[in-house]
Amino acid sequence: MSSFSVTEPSDRQKWIAGILVVGYALITLMPLIWILATGFKSSPDAIAYPPKVLFEPTLEGYVNLFTTQTRQTPEYLEANPPTTWYEEIVHDKGMVIAGPSRFGGRFLNSVIIGFGSTFLSVFLGTLAAYAFSRYRIPLKDDLMFFILSTRMMPPIAVAIPIFLMFRSLGLSDTHAGMILLYTAVNLSLSVWLLKGFMDEIPREYEEAALIDGYTRFQAFCKVVLPQATMGIAATAIFCLIFAWNEYAFAVLLTSGNAQTAPPFIPTIIGVGGQDWPAVAAGATIFLLPVMVFTILLRKHLLRGITFGAVRK
Amino acid sequence: MAEIVIHNLRKDFGDFTAVRSSSFKIADGEFFMLLGPSGCGKTTTLRMIAGLELPTSGEIFIDGEEVGQKPASQRDIAFVFQMFALYPHMNVRKNISYPLVSQGMPRAEIREKVAEVARILGIESIIDRPVGGLSGGDRQRVALGRAIVRNPKCFLMDEPLGALDAEFRERMAEELRALHDRMGATTVYVTHDQLEAMQMGDKIVVMNHGAIEQFGTPRDIYDKPATMFVADFIGSPSMNFLKFHGSLEAGATEVRLHHQTLGVPVLREPFDGDMVYGVRPEHVRLSDAAGYRGEVIATEYLGTTQIVTLKSPNGEVKARIASDQVARVGETVGLDFNSATVTLFDDQSGRAIRSDLNEGILAHG
Repeated sequence: MSSFSVTEPSDRQKWIAGILVVGYALITLMPLIWILATGFKSSPDAIAYPPKVLFEPTLEGYVNLFTTQTRQTPEYLEANPPTTWYEEIVHDKGMVIAGPSRFGGRFLNSVIIGFGSTFLSVFLGTLAAYAFSRYRIPLKDDLMFFILSTRMMPPIAVAIPIFLMFRSLGLSDTHAGMILLYTAVNLSLSVWLLKGFMDEIPREYEEAALIDGYTRFQAFCKVVLPQATMGIAATAIFCLIFAWNEYAFAVLLTSGNAQTAPPFIPTIIGVGGQDWPAVAAGATIFLLPVMVFTILLRKHLLRGITFGAVRK
Repeated sequence: MAEIVIHNLRKDFGDFTAVRSSSFKIADGEFFMLLGPSGCGKTTTLRMIAGLELPTSGEIFIDGEEVGQKPASQRDIAFVFQMFALYPHMNVRKNISYPLVSQGMPRAEIREKVAEVARILGIESIIDRPVGGLSGGDRQRVALGRAIVRNPKCFLMDEPLGALDAEFRERMAEELRALHDRMGATTVYVTHDQLEAMQMGDKIVVMNHGAIEQFGTPRDIYDKPATMFVADFIGSPSMNFLKFHGSLEAGATEVRLHHQTLGVPVLREPFDGDMVYGVRPEHVRLSDAAGYRGEVIATEYLGTTQIVTLKSPNGEVKARIASDQVARVGETVGLDFNSATVTLFDDQSGRAIRSDLNEGILAHG
């Protein structure tokens, strides 16, 4: 039997392979599972030693994450019984809800900045990639190299000039500033990735559309774009993951108005002792959009839509 | 339907000239072949007619209107690509109806037209299938459907059978020709396959290195080649070329090769220098009476005929003779050339020397 056997694996081999795969998945997912679990633990359970694997789930962490609370006298608590489930959780600790926390706003900032810059990177990248792929542009190779060269050092290396520029342009701590910054960083990746995908799309499709009476722009929208969905989806995922997770620039350039979730989550630790369940709840919620986005676009990544339409 | 006139058409890509001042005319309803080896400029010429490339200079008239610098979408032509270029994200019906959608035709009318085209091409059963899983022949039919559905002024086809298997190709060639005869549409067809060109075309343009070598009917091009390139490119096996040196007056009817006198059609111009005696293999007979002799070096049996390769004093000669005639390797036999079919060429330039045979053909070559 060669190493590239085409025979059907035996049951025993399937079992071994299955155990290996599940085991590997468990090991890599452990931190994630731990975070997820911690979000539903009570504060004492979260720091219990030895660690608790089985525990009584509570939403305390999530309530703490989204609200600010103040301690009240027993008389006050007696006089104002809780009306909702989350008030009840707080009530049991001898506290009342004073208002919403800042997490909601920070999370919204992350969504606006992350998806905004992703959209802009992919939009501009698609147009640029199409032009680079289809037209005879003077110094094309030099321009492509120039675009790539913007990625040759880590973006944070230019943090100080950018900080100064943002300050004089009034872009510090603004959504627009962060969207522009992340777009600038992502654009080279986006142009290069998308150009590769565009090059793969045969010109004949657009030419057929031109002959069929469509303008160049209509041909681009109706024939090229549907062919490029796969590439656009893949590029969008990469751009979003970068913008979503970015920490260093967010710390440096945002403080309030446009602060994203990554620099905010660690600050929860300091509010009223080390509230690990709240931090874990924040991390869990922070993970969700990218996971959902990736899962939604996954079918585009896998679907070979151009298969068989052109004979090569 | 329309007449297409090409006038002094030229296309440069940077320093490279793909097409150099071509002029020819395609009559209304003609099945017109652009023939030549790869890189000869035939596809570039077709793409300029389509509007997918803009000419560097020169004019293109479709139906009397100068369209040289107009975009493809405004020329009302149909193009069939070698790789079919069916829209992969649409099914067969949508592919065929796509040109009509751009014209803003009402839906009911589109349905009707598509159904009619599907019936003509015999693809009704696959009309709602995605194009991905279709066979080569069916994809070609869908591509044709997309072309004929809107009654364009002319059809432009870029090696449409090139991507098909040999057995399919034969059948599609017949279908294409039948379709053309039925619709009577002006068709410009690019191919590098001389058999395809001879079999299907009303007229052929033979191109080489961006220039037109000859323009005419398949019969004229085969029997009366204007250049050595054409004589060599068309026909399988190609024309025999016997090189010799001589001096001829206008009106001469014979030439001397290796101390033997061989007949030629009456010459219409004098010539002095290196020449080539061109004769097709089927016009060479093995005859003991002939004074010009050659040694048989190979025979190929092809069923009804055989190809005999001989070594003559002026070069290799291939003869296509009946397969029952005996030709043994190593034998020396006499070669009899059918002098009425002979073309003499100028060995330097490759052009045919004018004679009674080709006079009139060369005039517009």
